[in-house]
Amino acid sequence: MLKLKDISIKLGEFQLKNINLELNKGDYYVLLGKSGVGKTVLLEIIAGLIKPDSGKVFQNNLDITREKIQKRKVGIVFQDYSIFPHLTVKQNIAYPLKRKKISNSDKDELINKYASLASIKHLLDRNTQNLSGGELQRVALARMLVSNPNCLLLDEPLASLDIQLKGGLRNLLRQINKSGVTILHVTHDYEEAIALSNKVAVLHDGEIIQKGLTKEVFRKPANEFVANFTGIKNFFIAEFTPINTAKINETLEINVSNKEGVKKGKIIIRGEEIIISNERIESSATNNFKGKIKQIIPYLINHEIIIDIGVDLSVVISDESLQKFKFKENSEAWVSFKATAIKIIP
Amino acid sequence: MKNNQNTPILFILLGGLILLFIIAPLASMFLATTPNQLFETTQDQEVIDSIWLTLRVSFLSTIFFAIGAIPLAYFLARTKFKFKKLVNGIIDLPIVIPHSAAGIAILGFISRDSVLGQIGSSVGLNFVGHPVGIALAMAFVSIPFLINAARDGFSNVSVKLEKTALNLGASPVRVFFTISLPLAWKNILSGLIMMFARGLSEFGAVVIVAYHPMITPVLIYERFGAFGLKYARPVSVVFIIVCLVFFILLRTLSKEKEPNNA
Repeated sequence: MLKLKDISIKLGEFQLKNINLELNKGDYYVLLGKSGVGKTVLLEIIAGLIKPDSGKVFQNNLDITREKIQKRKVGIVFQDYSIFPHLTVKQNIAYPLKRKKISNSDKDELINKYASLASIKHLLDRNTQNLSGGELQRVALARMLVSNPNCLLLDEPLASLDIQLKGGLRNLLRQINKSGVTILHVTHDYEEAIALSNKVAVLHDGEIIQKGLTKEVFRKPANEFVANFTGIKNFFIAEFTPINTAKINETLEINVSNKEGVKKGKIIIRGEEIIISNERIESSATNNFKGKIKQIIPYLINHEIIIDIGVDLSVVISDESLQKFKFKENSEAWVSFKATAIKIIP
Repeated sequence: MKNNQNTPILFILLGGLILLFIIAPLASMFLATTPNQLFETTQDQEVIDSIWLTLRVSFLSTIFFAIGAIPLAYFLARTKFKFKKLVNGIIDLPIVIPHSAAGIAILGFISRDSVLGQIGSSVGLNFVGHPVGIALAMAFVSIPFLINAARDGFSNVSVKLEKTALNLGASPVRVFFTISLPLAWKNILSGLIMMFARGLSEFGAVVIVAYHPMITPVLIYERFGAFGLKYARPVSVVFIIVCLVFFILLRTLSKEKEPNNA
């Protein structure tokens, strides 16, 4: 229903190069990329707020690249919500309906319907000045939905919200998507992609470097950037030998279970599947390496240890284990992992 | 009053002197005028007529020229083009040139020999010595205040709000009237009041275009020339009071929030 074909644009420092993307009806598509990579520009091109240097935007097979903004049925919700500060919540939501030829009672019905969906019915008569970020985001979404867009473009919709609000808003976005609205959501947060999308594209250096079903992209990242960006820490380029070993990053040889006979590819080792100890331990794990702990990073429920074994390896351990084994930065430790814990991507 | 610790006492003293410089001549003029003189002046039909004429012409000229000045300000705030700095400079020109020279320029522009003058004559209107001529002279010297204030106002309106409104299906004209104009309105209103107030006080340009009918600044000048300071002073005081009303209104409406230093 929405298709971008070879979209290119150069704006000052950065540029977008030959962006191709296709959204089908009902898709929840997440475009992942670092800040300042041009994600918002791409949304503005789709919405018609910026004209691309080259390339075309199709909507239901119609070329809308030069179509007027107000004629497109594509709704954009900006990161800063862009709520009209001089209007009340109700007036904001009613804005797209002003010139529509429908009765006032029908307008009220629509406003109430989407205000209820966004759980802001109690705020309708309020001014927007004192609303929280989460409330403003809900007002922006209700206002956009009232205009009945075919496709919703969301610019970092959860970025400015705290954790409690994020959960509620994610549910709302899922609900909106389930009601049949196609969504293109840009973010720098891979967790949002996992939580919401069925398809994902990764934007880097002005190009889409990988796209596809979310599960596929997260299961088989095309390169280290995508792997890191999708939250996968131990991602290595590997050359395999016929005797079930592999050389990773051209430095370290490890044992693998290469039943498919892959010659060259990538491997992923989940940090949770690596055992770290002060002494070498005998077990069924065939990969045992001594290394130096470079960094210990605390998280909410566990810790990440970065250990240099010739390559940097990320190991996840619990708080209890860290206290029990007293791992310290710059001290030596052993890591071990089974050959079958290594995922091979051809 | 909170004394900012970073402000040296010397600055406060110097600032006080400047304030005194502004207040002292006005205060002395007020003190030199008796209530009786003031009362008599407010009963003087010539003074009343001239004040009403000044208010009316300045008001109408402000409204009439705002119709073109506000869209121009919006254009300048939103559009990048090659000679933008030059255009901004041209807009400020009436502020920097002597107003008597501005009057000469306007006179040449509207006299019977000019194209505009001939168009006026064809419909029986002679701009020179006519309220329309006065309005043109007032507008010429005061319009930069409106354009500059409105341009600043529009510049402060987030482009994203306008883009959002367009995206919600509004036409560019509707976006202007429902988003840009209301959000820039405070600045525009300040500009309108400033232009109006500046028009009220204009003497140099108006006196060359139209000595009669007499606006109050010209009347004050005439009373001073014909009868001296004593007779010019009460008219000045009454007119200053009228101007002060608008000045206070302007300051109240355009009062901006103190920057937060926290």
